[in-house]
Parts: sequence; structure tokens; C-alpha cells
Amino acid sequence: MVPISHILILAGMIFALGVVCVFAHRNILMILIGVEIMLNAAGLAFVAGSMRWGMPEGQIFVLFLMAMAASEVSVGLALVVYLHKRKRSVNIDDFNEMKD
Amino acid sequence: MPSFSMDNMVSILPEMIVLSLALAVLMFDLALPKDEKRYLAYFSVAGLAIAGYQTMNLAGLQLDTFYGMFVLDGYAIFFKVLFYIAAAIAILISIGYVKGQEMDKGEYYALILFATAGMMVMASGADLISIYLGLELMALSVYILAGFMRGSMKSNEAALKYFLLGAFSSGILLYGIAIIYGVTGTTNLAGIAAFIQSGQYSGPALTLAMILLVAGFGFKVAAVPFHMWVPDVYEGAPTSVTAFMSVGPKAAGFAAFLRVFTTALPGIQPDWTVIIASLAIMSMLIGNVVAISQTNIKRMLAYSSIAHAGYAMVGFVSGGMQGVSSVMMYLFIYMFMNLGAFGMVVMLRKDGVAGEELKDFAGLAKKNRTAALLMMVFMFSLAGIPPTAGFMGKFYVFMAAIDAGFTWLAIIGVMMSAVSAYFYLRVIMYMYMKEPEGEFELAAPLSLKLAMAVAVLGVLYIGMAPAGLIDFARISIAGMM
Repeated sequence: MVPISHILILAGMIFALGVVCVFAHRNILMILIGVEIMLNAAGLAFVAGSMRWGMPEGQIFVLFLMAMAASEVSVGLALVVYLHKRKRSVNIDDFNEMKD
Repeated sequence: MPSFSMDNMVSILPEMIVLSLALAVLMFDLALPKDEKRYLAYFSVAGLAIAGYQTMNLAGLQLDTFYGMFVLDGYAIFFKVLFYIAAAIAILISIGYVKGQEMDKGEYYALILFATAGMMVMASGADLISIYLGLELMALSVYILAGFMRGSMKSNEAALKYFLLGAFSSGILLYGIAIIYGVTGTTNLAGIAAFIQSGQYSGPALTLAMILLVAGFGFKVAAVPFHMWVPDVYEGAPTSVTAFMSVGPKAAGFAAFLRVFTTALPGIQPDWTVIIASLAIMSMLIGNVVAISQTNIKRMLAYSSIAHAGYAMVGFVSGGMQGVSSVMMYLFIYMFMNLGAFGMVVMLRKDGVAGEELKDFAGLAKKNRTAALLMMVFMFSLAGIPPTAGFMGKFYVFMAAIDAGFTWLAIIGVMMSAVSAYFYLRVIMYMYMKEPEGEFELAAPLSLKLAMAVAVLGVLYIGMAPAGLIDFARISIAGMM
């Protein structure tokens, strides 16, 4: 069996990659993907916890999480499609009407 | 572990009512002609009143249902009442505004109700997962509401920023929950507390998870340094939505924040006290100081909202019965005064466009004495000047801090409220001492007048007789503390 620490390290790395993806990209779609990666890293950590404690709860939470991520991304993509229609751009820097 | 019984159905009755109401609004929307959507608003407010009545009937119950995932206690009921009033006032504020901005669609009211249901689940959640689901239900609805004014680029941009940062912060929150589950083997709040108490684990992972939770909830309550979305989103979103957003999700965030930290993590209280105290100081400092230089009134109120999150956190840090009840009371008062202030911004139209700049308020007192007087009461209350409710809210929060030995925190709070008086009183100075320019046009349908009357009565009544509210808050948490 894979040791739990390995899974948690992997989850931590994936989470960090997701965070980097959010901050490194100016493309809204890439930022969305970064957020999704973060959510999936959390899901992986849940599965690892579930394995460690021998309880099915963690696995069930991942199902909740997937449903949640799907609804979140549907709102996000609807927004991106609409913004692209209006501005012909998916670059976050093009949306800066409000400034201090 | 409690088994499945009718108690489960009783405990979610308020949520069921609000959700059915939201679905009914969506259905009736199909039957109503385009310019008759205001009936949906009246219907929603009536439904919220029924939900409120049913919730009050449940007062005094202490139900631990759905295998410990969902509780109905005094604390939850207190916040549910707050959410009903906030949603009802926000809907009443909206009726005229949405028509003027050509966003009078049935979904608008349904989304407010869905967000309310999400906030109610957050207040009742006794498990990190149910709290997370409630938070997402609320957040997704509010993302859409922020972008509801589809023709306005500012509103679209607000929705985009709110969505991206909101999704990012909920990812952080979720990772914190996952770590807690990995460490303790449970997501139940009482179970987590029991595990920490048993002393089986005291490593850095728990502290890390706590910091991630602070970041996730800090975003929702708009505390510095998780506040960067607030000014843009508050400015860009339709004003009626901003009004709702500034009180509902903030109160719901605090409801979950307080419950998680006081019931699940009392074992590491010294750790989180330091973090939340520094968040409180930064929020009060940055919120109040940056608000001084704002010329857009919505942006100014956004920074003021950050500062108020800081005041509420002072009570949070104090902890205990007195601290928690002072935060609850503060949020209740904040709801009235902030909805009132945003309601006045909704009402004011200058030269045919929405008056959102500070200078649009110049000379309002000469044109409409009542409107200026109302705005003055709300500004006094936000600044914390007696005899308004804002003073009482701050008084109890700072008293709790002093009694808990955080005198220095209370001193910073008082100093920062003195700073805040500058920009709140500046609005009053504009209204009373400047000459009016341009044409004033007050878009005040009966529903908005009613909402403002409720808000101003709430502010003045609590300001003069706060005992009822403070007793309500204390009785509500008697079973929890």
C-alpha cells in the first residue's frame, strides 16, 4: 500500500501548483483551471484521510466536492463566455474599469 | 450518535420554507408578464415573514440532527432571524431599483432567497462539510447577483473579480478542512474539539489548517488582508445587491467563523487569538484610513465595511459569552445601519443617473429634508455616535474586549472609530453645508420608504433600548457556551 505521507505530499504539491497557476496566468481560463486543481488537491487529501482512518466519509466528501466544483465552474464559464462576447478578450488585465 | 427521526425534518423546516419559496418564485416568474415582476418581491417578503414566524416557533429547541451535521439551536435561530430581515429589506430596496436598471427578472429574487438559504445552512452547520456546502450555495448565488446588471461593464467586472477570488478562497478553505480531516479523522465540530482535547496530536498541521480556515472565512467577512475584492465588487455590483452582500454574507461568514472556532478549535485558542487580533487591527486600520480618500460613496462604504469587520473581530477575540454575544449584536445592528445607508444611495438619483459620488449628496438637505435626515442617522450610527445603535454595538464589543483583558485592542478600536467619524461626517457636511448642484430626483417607491422606515426604527430603537437585543443574543448562546 502507498504510505499516507506520500499521498499528502502529492496533494500538497498539486495544491501549490494550483495556487501558482492562479497567480502566474493572466488568462481567466487558466486561473479557473488553477482553482479547479486546488479543489482536486483538497479532494485527494480527503481520500488520503479516509484511507488513514479507514472511514468512508472522506470519499463521500469528494463526491460532494465534485458536484460543487462542477456547479462553480458552470457559473465561471458562463461568466467568461459572456465577458468574451462583450470584450473579445479573456485576459484579466482588460477588465480594469475600477481603480483606486 | 443520534438516529434519524422526525427531529431532522423539524430542524430543517426554516431552510425548506426558504428553498421552496425560491423555487416557487422561479415558477411564478414564468406566469407573470414582464413588467409585473414586483409581485414576486412582495411574495418573497411575505414568504420570509412566514419563515421568520416558523423559526421563532422553534426557539428554545436544541436539536442535533443529520448525524451531527446540522444543529438547530438558539445561535442558529438568532442568525436566521438576522438573515430574514436582511433579505427582506434588501428585496424591498431592490423593487424600484431593478426596474430602473432593467434587471427586473424573477431570478433576481430567487437568487437572493437561495443565498439566504445558504447562509442559514452556514449558521446551522455543525460539520465543516455542511458549512462548506452552505457557504458555496450562498457564494454562487451572490456571484451571479453581483453581475446581474448585464449591460454594465462595471457589474460584469465585479462578478468576475468576486468569482475568481471567491473560488480561490473557497479552495483554500477546503484544503484547510481536508487537513483537519486528515489529522483528526472527523469533520464534525464537536468531534474535532474532542480529538484536540484528548491530546493525541499537537503538531504544526493543525495550526496550518487553522490558518487556512482563517483565510477562507476572512475572505467572506472581508477582513484585511483578504479584502482586495471588496472595493471593486461593492462599487461595480448593482447597489441593491451591494446592500445585501455587505450584510448577509458577512454575517453568515461570522456565524460560521465563530461557531467553528469556538466549538471545534478551543484547544488551540491562544494560536488563533493572536491571528484574529492582528486581522482585527489591520482591518480597522486599513478600512478606516483608506476610506478617507474615497470619493465614490459605494467605495467608501466598502472600506467602512472592512473596518466594521475589524470591530466585530475585536469581540470575537475577546471570546466567551460576552464576546460572542457582542459580535452577534454588532452584526444585527450593522445590518440595519448598512442596509439603510445603501438604501439611501439607491434612492438618490442625480440628473437622471444613479448618484453614487460623494458630491452628488451636496445640498440634499435643502432639497429633501427627510432623506438628508435619514442619511444623517445612518452615518451617525456607522460612526458610532449616540443615541444610535452603532454606538451601542461598539460599546458592547469594546466592553467585552476590556473585560477579557484586551484593553489595548479596545483602545485601537476607539481611536479608529474616531478616524472613521471624519469620512462619515463628511457626507453629512456635504448634505447640509454645500449648495445643491443639478437636479435631484429621489426614486423612492413605497417599498423603499418602508424598508428605510424599518432600518431607521431599528437603528434608533436599538440605540435607545439595547437591552432586548443583548438579552436575545445572550439567551441564544446560553446552550453553546
